[in-house]
Amino acid sequence: MTVIQKKARNPIAHLSAEDIEMLGKELDAIRDEVIASRGERDAAYIRRVIKTQRTLEISSRAVLLFSLFPPAWLIGTAALSVAKILENMEIGHNVLHGQWDWMRDPKIHSTTWDWDHVSPPEQWKHSHNELHHTYTNVLGKDNDLGYGIMRVDEDQPWHPAHLGQPFYNLVNAAFFEYGIAAYDLELGRNLKEGRHKSPEFRARVRAVGRKIRKQVLKDYVVHPLLSGPSFLSTLAATFTANLVRNVWSHSVIMCGHFPKGVETFEKTSIEGETKGEWYLRQMLGSGNISGSKLMHIMTGNLSFQIEHHIFPDLPSNRYQEIAPKVRDLFDRYGLKYTTGSLPRQVASAWWKVIRLSLPNRREAGPVQDRPIDGGSAGAPLPALAGSAA
Amino acid sequence: MTTTVPRPPAKVSFRDRLLRLAETVTTPLLPDDYLDLVAPLRAGADLRGRIVAVEPETADAATVVIRPGRGWRGHTPGQYVRLGVDVDGVRQWRAYSVTSPPGRPDRCITITVKAIADGKVSNHLVRRVRTGTIVQLDQAQGDFVLPAATPRRLLFVTAGSGLTPVMGMLRAGAHGDADVVLVHSAPRPQDVIFGPEVRELAARGVIRLVERHTEVDGLLGPDELAGLVPDHLERQTWACGPVGLLDALQERWASHGAADRLHIERFRRSVAAVGEGGTVSFARSAVTVAADGATPILEAGEQAGVLMPSGCRMGICFGCVVPLREGAVRDLRNGELTTAEPGDGVLIQTCVSAAAGPCDIEL
Repeated sequence: MTVIQKKARNPIAHLSAEDIEMLGKELDAIRDEVIASRGERDAAYIRRVIKTQRTLEISSRAVLLFSLFPPAWLIGTAALSVAKILENMEIGHNVLHGQWDWMRDPKIHSTTWDWDHVSPPEQWKHSHNELHHTYTNVLGKDNDLGYGIMRVDEDQPWHPAHLGQPFYNLVNAAFFEYGIAAYDLELGRNLKEGRHKSPEFRARVRAVGRKIRKQVLKDYVVHPLLSGPSFLSTLAATFTANLVRNVWSHSVIMCGHFPKGVETFEKTSIEGETKGEWYLRQMLGSGNISGSKLMHIMTGNLSFQIEHHIFPDLPSNRYQEIAPKVRDLFDRYGLKYTTGSLPRQVASAWWKVIRLSLPNRREAGPVQDRPIDGGSAGAPLPALAGSAA
Repeated sequence: MTTTVPRPPAKVSFRDRLLRLAETVTTPLLPDDYLDLVAPLRAGADLRGRIVAVEPETADAATVVIRPGRGWRGHTPGQYVRLGVDVDGVRQWRAYSVTSPPGRPDRCITITVKAIADGKVSNHLVRRVRTGTIVQLDQAQGDFVLPAATPRRLLFVTAGSGLTPVMGMLRAGAHGDADVVLVHSAPRPQDVIFGPEVRELAARGVIRLVERHTEVDGLLGPDELAGLVPDHLERQTWACGPVGLLDALQERWASHGAADRLHIERFRRSVAAVGEGGTVSFARSAVTVAADGATPILEAGEQAGVLMPSGCRMGICFGCVVPLREGAVRDLRNGELTTAEPGDGVLIQTCVSAAAGPCDIEL
């Protein structure tokens, strides 16, 4: 992809500033409707998911105490993988977004929640909720674009190190939670800029260390030890479950912003951005995954990445309900609603990672030469739509 | 009161070690999070209760029978209990007087709730709540209780649901064989909560009951009371009811130098002053809201999704106290201004404090 402002055919050129304002108002109305009807049914939903997840987790760990028997290993590992996926995706990610804060239940609240993940909630909330969700797909601002290690946009400058990115991405998929922890720590930048000795950074590293220690102790020491003669097979089971969870979340999250059709934006385009323009950027900067109800729950409803990015704090069970209305807005405003099946979107995202490990082809050359922050474009662009001409 | 006898140290450390081992397997959750799934009322759990029955009292009042968890430490007649109930999915905390005598054989307690206009929680409890529902509880608290040495002559002055704490005392027989007068005001005879029960107590000669019905007699005031109970100022008096009545009683007792003989329980805060309002920031929650001078900071925070500790919502239980890091707040009950400089961390009751300028709250 190329930043939207430099495309030959700008997909938002047909929208006037008034159109974008109207679009924002229509989205606000959808949001207000959900908030007004938020209630007992939603609360019952999240409590049911949490109860299911905990029951599944504890039962799978009980079964794995006898993991020496192959059927127990298979069932236990599969159930633990599902439990870990639910815990991270439909529960952890969404609770930490504050989607359930309105219930005022201190046990299900973004300020008290901790998850089965090596990145401490505080650090993740900062880099994800504050940075990624605010600066979605803005080059140079949103580090989720390639996580700071990969080139996923033609307008990101190529470096020979990018040749290895298909391999990095594979490793990142397998150990995704560690990748996220390193990313939340801004490990690369902090090490490079010599800030690794600052007390603040060291405190954050220690916090990650504590999370890692607890997870390792649980999954790779205590649980296998409790399994007695099944020590090694339980160890293999918990490792597999973590691997499955990591690969699954990595795939789902890659589908959110990397597949074909998802737009990126240049830094100056968000100066003085209005609410309507922010909405528009979220709409075009995200992609959905189609599938069944079960599929949506397993992705933490990130299969409705578009709806999630427009309204990050609405309860996840509502994204599917508002999706037809959101899609109708896309149609009426002549915008492209990016969606596809999981295999298709994963393949599209992987293809991009592989393709952009090489420098841009010649016709894209001039684009690559220009600074990615668009500084050469003369007057700063006041709005997305304004940049169309 | 009972005191806790420490267990032998060896036993404690074994239990602790077991618990710590369990925690290593349940992290990031606690073993309690799993136990809550199957035994929410067990000993050691956060205090909760299960609603086992809802019994209608009058057209708009009902008695809710709650089986408290194992951690319930009992109550003294006249005390109230804070109840956290989910209404439309949102947890709401309110305080209600316990109306059952201590030590019921079935270990249950009762509260009696009158549905008030626009009352989110009261209407839910009277009309909608289902038996089997789990509610959050706090230990009983409040000093609206009779002293250990019961005074010889007692006066209860109550109106509407203000009868509830007094009913708790009468049912428990806390008044002993004292000379008891109960003056109660309600709109009509059929609106008197526990009507048949108090009339029966009067018929048996346990109390002298003076029922006033506002539809016929108008609002009960201190002058009328003087006519009904001539020796009222000599009696140790417990009063509970609307703000207007309580304020008038306080004034009368104080002006006759008998303030120490009047004990009152307020159900709602009386707003005396309104501040100027201001921006309230909850730094740790990364939330900033504009609040006017009439809105308690508690409500402003809750509206914005901040996890505000809360309690009685009328300024008596101190369950909502948080540090004010910097700024000024005004006490809605008396207009008193409280200010904090950086580093002070002045503790304020958010349920009765409104912003009086920009405020920085430690939450």
